[in-house]
Amino acid sequence: MLEWIRFGVTAVLLIGALFVLIMAMLGAYRFKFVLNRMHAAAMGDTLGLLLALGGLAVSAPDLITAIKFILIIVFLWIASPVSSHLIARLEVTLNDHIEDEMEVRVK
Amino acid sequence: MERNDASLLKSKFAAFLESASVLDDAMEKDLERGSDEKAQMREKAAYEAREMLLRRRHENAVRDEQMLYSRIHRWSRSRGAVYINSLYRILAVLLCSAIIVCLMLTVLDMPPLGDALAPVNNEVSQRYIEKGMEETGAVNIVAGMILDYRAFDTLGESTVLFIAACGVLMLLRIDRDQNGRPTEELIAAEADDRHYEPKNDVILQRSAAVLTPIILLFGIYIILNGHLSPGGGFSGGAIIGAGLILYLNAFGFKKTEAFINFRLFTAVTFSALMFYALAKTYSFYTGANHLHSIISTGTPGNILSAGLILPLNIAVGMVVACTMYAFYALFRKGGM
Repeated sequence: MLEWIRFGVTAVLLIGALFVLIMAMLGAYRFKFVLNRMHAAAMGDTLGLLLALGGLAVSAPDLITAIKFILIIVFLWIASPVSSHLIARLEVTLNDHIEDEMEVRVK
Repeated sequence: MERNDASLLKSKFAAFLESASVLDDAMEKDLERGSDEKAQMREKAAYEAREMLLRRRHENAVRDEQMLYSRIHRWSRSRGAVYINSLYRILAVLLCSAIIVCLMLTVLDMPPLGDALAPVNNEVSQRYIEKGMEETGAVNIVAGMILDYRAFDTLGESTVLFIAACGVLMLLRIDRDQNGRPTEELIAAEADDRHYEPKNDVILQRSAAVLTPIILLFGIYIILNGHLSPGGGFSGGAIIGAGLILYLNAFGFKKTEAFINFRLFTAVTFSALMFYALAKTYSFYTGANHLHSIISTGTPGNILSAGLILPLNIAVGMVVACTMYAFYALFRKGGM
């Protein structure tokens, strides 16, 4: 019974991760401007990785492996948003017509 | 109304861009002293001079390229070149066919997959697997192989890294002139680096302050545990190099120059390679002459075991970490 619950939780988490990652890929290809595309890609890097590694941690054979997965999640959640931030900063610094690429205007 | 909004945004962005402007050391001092007109004039003059220099260099490069292109074009149209080209093509096709035939013949002679009598399944690999732990003292059989049985090969690999670093150094390093003063190129590279690289980015600095110690510790663990678990000098050194690059990105060259500079790079790389060569010379000498070696293999599984593998892993790790950092620094601004 416990095994089946674990299997079900793992399956749900992994399918959710697949959904988020596919959405992120679609966004990265379909959006027009760098900042929008980067936002979609960063979603996949954080939520998708959380779901995928969380699923693997639930299905891990022993506790130490699960703890390692959680540590990997913590590392990636620190590292990946910062790298997205740096890409965005580079884009804002180097793009001369950045205000043309913003769909939302400040009122 | 909308135009007003756009101009407001534009002015905001102009202010943002100005806050990350190009400042040389002298200019920074001038700014601190106060905005007297002379300093402003000097800043403007320096900027214009740099722009002029860059433009002139660009024009020269374009002219040289055009001359080279026209020369090559003329040469390739002359009659002799046509003959040589056709001969070259025929010879190339013949040579390639010969090589293909040779390789195909070799493939035909290969034993079928999974053949127990194939030459690959000889006593060498059997001995590595059966007696590797006993003879080298390393639980990780790969570490025992690359740093004990085939340590000479690994010395060559580390030397290849060192030579690659030397080549990049020769191509990319920007020297000072004979009197020790910075040249125009050096100042231009410095200004480019200050302009385009992220500096004083609080988000990056805070996360680097958390991550860099963890990354460095993990790299050291990988190196020190190389004879017990998968890992070793190459992978651990690469992790340490990545940590150093992260630190450099977050805090800039001024902070890293305090502990890693060109002299330290050469000293560490040279002494690590020398230590490697001398240690393996000793063990080869004693092994070949059936002398008793003072280096014992210890109990397999202990952290202080496996004889020379642990110090050799440390030496390789230092070479790899320094080389990665040096590559990054050289490609970024041509110096350390």
